[in-house]
Amino acid sequence: MSIVDLVLDTGFFAAAVRLAIPLLFGTLSELTAERSGVLNLGIEGMMLSGALAGFGTASATGSLWLGVLAAIAIGMTIGAVMAVLVVNLRLDQTVTGLGVSLAATGLVFYSYRLGFGESSTPPSITPFSTIPLPFLSDIPVIGQVFFNQYALTYVAYLLVPALAFFLYRTPAGLSLRTVGENPQAAAAAGIDPIRARILALVVAGGLAGLAGAYLNLAAFGSFTFGIVSGRGWICLALVVLGRWNPIACAAAAVLFGAVDAFQLRLQASGAVDLPYQLFLALPYAATLVAMILNAKRAVGPAALMQPYDAEHR
Amino acid sequence: MPTDTPILSLAGITKRFGGTTANKAVDFDLAPGEIVGLLGENGAGKTTLMNVVFGLYRPDEGIIRIDGQPVGIATTADAIALGIGMVHQHSHAVARHTVLENLMTGLPGRKGLLDRRSALRRLTEIGDAYGLRLDPDRPVGELAVGERQRLDIIRALFRKARVLILDEPTSVLTPQESEGLFSALRALRNDKVGIVFISHKLNEVRAITDRIVVMRRGEVVADVPNDGKLTNVGLASLMCGHEPERVVRQPRQRGEARLSLRGLRLTDTRHGGAAKAPIDLDIHAGEIVGIAGVSGNGQVRLAETVAGVEAAAAGEIGLDGNIVRDPSPRRMQAHGLAYIPEDRIGAGLVGSMPVRENMVLSRYVEAPFSRRGWLDWQAILDFARRQIAAYDVRPTDPHLPVGLLSGGNQQKAIIARELAFSPRVLVIAQPTRGLDVSAIAFVHRALMNLRDEGCAIMLISDDLDEIFQLSDRIAVMYEGEIVRDTPVEEATVPTVGLAMTEGRMAGRNAA
Repeated sequence: MSIVDLVLDTGFFAAAVRLAIPLLFGTLSELTAERSGVLNLGIEGMMLSGALAGFGTASATGSLWLGVLAAIAIGMTIGAVMAVLVVNLRLDQTVTGLGVSLAATGLVFYSYRLGFGESSTPPSITPFSTIPLPFLSDIPVIGQVFFNQYALTYVAYLLVPALAFFLYRTPAGLSLRTVGENPQAAAAAGIDPIRARILALVVAGGLAGLAGAYLNLAAFGSFTFGIVSGRGWICLALVVLGRWNPIACAAAAVLFGAVDAFQLRLQASGAVDLPYQLFLALPYAATLVAMILNAKRAVGPAALMQPYDAEHR
Repeated sequence: MPTDTPILSLAGITKRFGGTTANKAVDFDLAPGEIVGLLGENGAGKTTLMNVVFGLYRPDEGIIRIDGQPVGIATTADAIALGIGMVHQHSHAVARHTVLENLMTGLPGRKGLLDRRSALRRLTEIGDAYGLRLDPDRPVGELAVGERQRLDIIRALFRKARVLILDEPTSVLTPQESEGLFSALRALRNDKVGIVFISHKLNEVRAITDRIVVMRRGEVVADVPNDGKLTNVGLASLMCGHEPERVVRQPRQRGEARLSLRGLRLTDTRHGGAAKAPIDLDIHAGEIVGIAGVSGNGQVRLAETVAGVEAAAAGEIGLDGNIVRDPSPRRMQAHGLAYIPEDRIGAGLVGSMPVRENMVLSRYVEAPFSRRGWLDWQAILDFARRQIAAYDVRPTDPHLPVGLLSGGNQQKAIIARELAFSPRVLVIAQPTRGLDVSAIAFVHRALMNLRDEGCAIMLISDDLDEIFQLSDRIAVMYEGEIVRDTPVEEATVPTVGLAMTEGRMAGRNAA
């Protein structure tokens, strides 16, 4: 099997899409937070919490969709905590975000031990199965790649244009962008920047929780501590790569997913004889290269990481 | 003159910040179709009062009435809904959004969507009614300062403002732009809009307003009709509580050329190229050369180039007749050039560091502040104390972070530092921007003394009054070149203003 063959079948593309979806949810989450002017470094912890909440609820109730809801709820809760710290109390966003991620990670490990004990084989559930969309899935090649996916994948497809439409076509979206660029200007226009940022963080938390739930409820079917393994951080890079635009961010997520799928296949094929760690590093290296090439054009929201204080300006 | 019920009426407004009282039981009325000038030094409480009206601050005491009805204004949204619009000193527009996006921000839209069409229609209407026009699709970052201000006024009118508050609107405008603003304000007055005009510029306040309210230390100290009998000196005395000092330039024989620019071409990072024509300019001992120009025409770059901060694209800089090779800030300083940049806290000082460190920021590597590579803190502290006393920097504690000082005292601190070693040439940009009457007089006095001692001074300022008051010669910059250079006796505000906006096209009587 040559390297070209590796990428020339529908299985490869379908895998690329599958690997891209959690990143897509995460990237849209981070994009929402950053457009309001908050760098959400809590995303890694939110994703992991979402993964465990989703898995735990699904295995306890037997309902995958209740798991999804639980994941969103836990993400929103952590988003609200993050909002109190960085928006209301105006703490440093970098330090707070890292703290929230570390605290959430610790709580997840603790809760897992409480709930599942220390079994040698990780508990598993039957994950979502793929749903071929009528007609669309019959389209040659594209149909199998894009339209024979999990229900959550279709939700992700819809979220991208929905978020773009929200940001660029609705008054609320313009308000959110204004808060991220210049909260004083927003306040002068009668918008409450504090409220806008809190809402953005809560929504971002929900999306991050959903990203975590996708990982085990759709992709893997089991929970491990390493299930997120830096995907949250990758989303931070993908937002920069996608220049804070939902469509471009989706493309960045798919690109990363494709490189990830490629390295998995390269490993499995045994076509190239190199240590597997090098393959694992490939998507990260590709992201770095893409960011370097993109560096000059990537300019974030002007008020990113600037706390807003109404009475002291 | 209007006699109707006041459109806006404030009674007993008090606002405290921690221990200080910014507004003390202030009463203030504004009638429809009236322009009221609100005067006062920095810190007198003008902007605080208007921020209370606009819902940015909440008053601790007092009542606000609109059309005679008491209202609660807790947020800017409340103020806007009541028909109050405010144009801030620094434009509150989003640079990366377009003009139209900025105008639509905070508006409800139609069926949950942004309503571009009706926004465009409204923009055209306002353009027709008041002569306020802008290209809807231009990003605001590309607009000139005057255009940004126009955007802010249009935005207030978009929200059907009946009370328009303008905070120092002309401090950034050319004389021609100010005239355009005034004609728009007169048209608004005819449409029964009430206007509050906050300013330092007494001539303009006297020209445009119907009534003048003067504040000092948080209180209203005068409320007088503008009947043509008010004088600048009288108003200034009301503002600062005593007769202000006005620095007068005495004619003086100039000495030898100290700073000589030959064929100097400025780099222009914005467009990646160099200015079209080279600059030739001599500044002599005992001479102040004022550089006038609309901001963004290369004045900042000229100052930075002469100071050695930026490299020139071509040409030579001479100090005392010697060409300086490879100018760098330290080398220029070693040749006796001092530089006071326009951006005090950004380029002139380190805000979070104490006054003590800031006093030696440009010289700490030299004796007596360093010995064998070690800082001599005692020498630094002694020097800082001496300069603080000599230049009346307040508060006098050398250990206080300089960022906590007022703008006027920050500027005094920079001047104290840069003039300490009797520079042969001084380059100073926007020396009094944002300072109040007393601080301005202090800075002007310091510059004039330095000139009389024989220093050659390049004075860059957006404030034409200041240029005319202090300069022996006035040069005008336009698109990176000097298009006019005459003794002050041959310059008038209209001719200089015209050269600022139209460059060489505006009649050639360049040197």
